[in-house]
Amino acid sequence: MLEVQNVTCGYGEREIIHGVSFTLEAGNILCLLGANGSGKTTLFKAILGLLPVTGGRICFDKHDTAGWVRRKVARTFAYVPQAHTPPFAFTVRDVVLMARSSHLELFSSPGRRDREIAEEALDSLNITHLSGARYTELSGGERQLVLIARALAQQAQVLVMDEPASNLDFGNQIRVLNQIKKLAAGGLTLLITTHSPNHAFECASQVAVLKAGHLLAHGCPRDILTENCLEQVYAVPLRIVDVGGGNKTCIAAMNREW
Amino acid sequence: MVLLVAAAYSLMLGRYHVPLSSWWGILTAPHDSGVGGIVLLEVRLPRILTGILIGAGLSASGAAYQGLFKNPMVSPDILGASAGAGFGAAAAILLGFNMFGVQLASFACGLFAVMLTCAISARMKRGGDPVLILILAGIVVGSIFTALISLIKSVADPDNKLPAITFWLMGSLSSASLKGIRFLLPLFVVGVVPLFLLRWRLNVLSFGDEEASALGMDTRRLRWAIILCATLLTASAVSVAGLIGWVGLVIPHLARMFVGPDYRVLLPASLLMGATYLLLVDDLARSVFATEISLGILTSLVGAPFFLYLLLRSNKGWA
Repeated sequence: MLEVQNVTCGYGEREIIHGVSFTLEAGNILCLLGANGSGKTTLFKAILGLLPVTGGRICFDKHDTAGWVRRKVARTFAYVPQAHTPPFAFTVRDVVLMARSSHLELFSSPGRRDREIAEEALDSLNITHLSGARYTELSGGERQLVLIARALAQQAQVLVMDEPASNLDFGNQIRVLNQIKKLAAGGLTLLITTHSPNHAFECASQVAVLKAGHLLAHGCPRDILTENCLEQVYAVPLRIVDVGGGNKTCIAAMNREW
Repeated sequence: MVLLVAAAYSLMLGRYHVPLSSWWGILTAPHDSGVGGIVLLEVRLPRILTGILIGAGLSASGAAYQGLFKNPMVSPDILGASAGAGFGAAAAILLGFNMFGVQLASFACGLFAVMLTCAISARMKRGGDPVLILILAGIVVGSIFTALISLIKSVADPDNKLPAITFWLMGSLSSASLKGIRFLLPLFVVGVVPLFLLRWRLNVLSFGDEEASALGMDTRRLRWAIILCATLLTASAVSVAGLIGWVGLVIPHLARMFVGPDYRVLLPASLLMGATYLLLVDDLARSVFATEISLGILTSLVGAPFFLYLLLRSNKGWA
């Protein structure tokens, strides 16, 4: 169980996150929504221990994570960054193997067991066929899946994903979201930022809405993501439509006269 | 294997012909082997060993820096090690130190320059990418020491000191001696062994500071360790042989083309290829003309066009 208790943090003197609290049980997906610059990434960095918490606490299974060494943090929290292009053409296998850093002694290289874990991670996302390919030559969707596989090979309990579905085509967005739901069903805890309220409707068990570093709302997506709330966040007129079967979707209320 | 053949070939090469058949005699009874023995053991062998150590050292530190700074355009002098070492040597020559003194001063100044770079970057704490700040600090420190070198040249006696400084800065293995190797070898081992043990971690570091941290690495400590090792290698190489350009940039590239970017193979490959390359270029340096050409000139003359060729050939990024 992840507990974020009244957390305050920022860069140097500048405070970005002001007293944010929420708890997340294992096997749940929390979608973090908010406009650009609302502090989503900063909060993630604090949770990942990349940024010191200046107020409040972040606890995992009742243990305060402040002061944990990097190895321990990495065995608990795995980070899935947005798909990027590294400068060197590593193979997918090598990229996934990097996840084993936190499980290996400083001077050792990954062994047979590590390679097996990496293969299993690729297999669970059905991308074993990519393992020999060069990471730099993959499509954006494939790269995102590889980064998720790497996070799995890290064998952490919480996956922290920075906009896993952005930069992907529609089909890949849905495929990634389905994978995310499968991972949660397997007992992992997932923390995801997204720019699309619909992604929250599709996969989240909880949403947290950030505005200017404050937690605007937190709870079940169907209750929290109202037209009123989202209009406050994005400052554009929009409609939430019930599409049947208990599903909702969010659309922009475009001005047809333009 | 190629390295061994190159080394043997280099032993044979030279104005004084030592027939292959006499080698065994020289190696088993070094004291009564005459001129051939002296040429082989006291002139060529130290020079070859020095070439191997320097080529391997510069290539390894170049490869390490390229991973650390996640940039394939980085060379070992990025943090100011070469400029500092050059300044140290120039100053020592100006003050009339002997050969060993020059090497020592050069090595110390090379280390000092990089320490200065690190101290400056440690002062600039305000956010930002620590790697970028290091590079900027390195550029500043490097240009200060380059300016100081020019200053020393302008005050040096143009009849004997200035040519000596200029010649030293151009780089050469001609001052190689067994004593020099005794100085170089321990530094090489201290620099290369940790890099070799940490080589897999370099893979992870090349994904950037933040990601490597999130993957569970103490990136700050690791970065300092790698900088220290690579600096030891660069400063010791420059202090013995002067400024030898392009090796640390081109060889890791070439190795990457052959074995891929995985440092588990890339680092040993860079070591071997760097050693072989410098050996062969030094063979050219001492055999093309009757008088020796400076090694630094040749490595640039051979290295730069070769680098261009690599860039034109591999249009698939930095493969």
